[in-house]
Amino acid sequence: MDINNYLYLSAILFTIGAVGVVVRRNAIVVFMCIELMLNAANLSLVTFSRINGTLDGQVVAFFTMVVAACEVVVGLAIIVTIYRSRRSASIDDASLLKR
Amino acid sequence: MEPLLTIQAPEAALFWVLAPLSVIAALGMLLVKKAVHSALLLAWVMITLAIFYIAQDAVFLGIVQIIVYTGAVMMLFLFILMLVGVDSSDSLTETISGLRPIAITAALGFGGLLVSLLGHATLGREPVGLAEANGPGNVQGIAVLLFSKYVWPFEVVSALLITAAIGAMVLAHHQRSNVRPTQREQAVNRFRSGSLAGAAGLPGPGVFARHNAVDVPALLPDGTPAPSSISATLKARGDVIDSSQFQLDNVDTTVKEEK
Repeated sequence: MDINNYLYLSAILFTIGAVGVVVRRNAIVVFMCIELMLNAANLSLVTFSRINGTLDGQVVAFFTMVVAACEVVVGLAIIVTIYRSRRSASIDDASLLKR
Repeated sequence: MEPLLTIQAPEAALFWVLAPLSVIAALGMLLVKKAVHSALLLAWVMITLAIFYIAQDAVFLGIVQIIVYTGAVMMLFLFILMLVGVDSSDSLTETISGLRPIAITAALGFGGLLVSLLGHATLGREPVGLAEANGPGNVQGIAVLLFSKYVWPFEVVSALLITAAIGAMVLAHHQRSNVRPTQREQAVNRFRSGSLAGAAGLPGPGVFARHNAVDVPALLPDGTPAPSSISATLKARGDVIDSSQFQLDNVDTTVKEEK
């Protein structure tokens, strides 16, 4: 098996996550798809760390996880705040700037 | 020259079993209707990624992935799903016409480009493997890097975490628009509000000895029901039972002899 297979898997998962962000309407599912993209990027970082024989890639993946955790906390707080005022978690409903 | 990194058969088997499963789960995330099912499928994808990390000599990251992602982050997602509940936005109907074909075409293009690019790109050297870098141990190796070369980013990231925690608290904080009345103020208001009828508290519901329940209004001394003894919620729901059947005039007082 070629080590590049991990990179292919990472690319496929990233693409699926990107499609989910565009296609799904529920804000929480959109958020989960963003998490999937971050995870796919992490997989490629770990694989490149192994290809290069240094641990730098793993440290960067660790930082990505921390930033993703922050992002989830703030993002979900925003979703809850929007839900409290609009009674909906659909991203189509939050279109105040359009009108 | 012998290659530095050869991937053993068990790892290849692990990859070919788990990689299709993770891709299927990720696709299922897009296709299932309920957000809860999406969350469970995402948890499965994250677990397979953790297994891949451990298989690729990134033991620390694999464990952290399970603790942080499948543990904390997914629990947070499910918690928020519970708070927000299920609504119409779960449906898979297209709200912007023509969005889905465009998105799928763009994704196929992007994914195909990425995969073919990876297939053609070379780093100009053979994969090295982590046997040497992980010499004193994976955790020790990451710790040395984290506290020497990356100590400044590490501190910045800690500041980011604190900022995010405070930001979430500010966003979730719900301020009362009016001051909550104290017990003393409530007592004063009861006595100064027009009539003294409710000053001692409202009558309790139920007709004692006949039907003692919250859905029946109490009977006043003259036999009429007391509407103020019923909770407004029950009234709005229409769950109130007519208490006329419990009035003394309507009670069947004829005694039947038992044989």
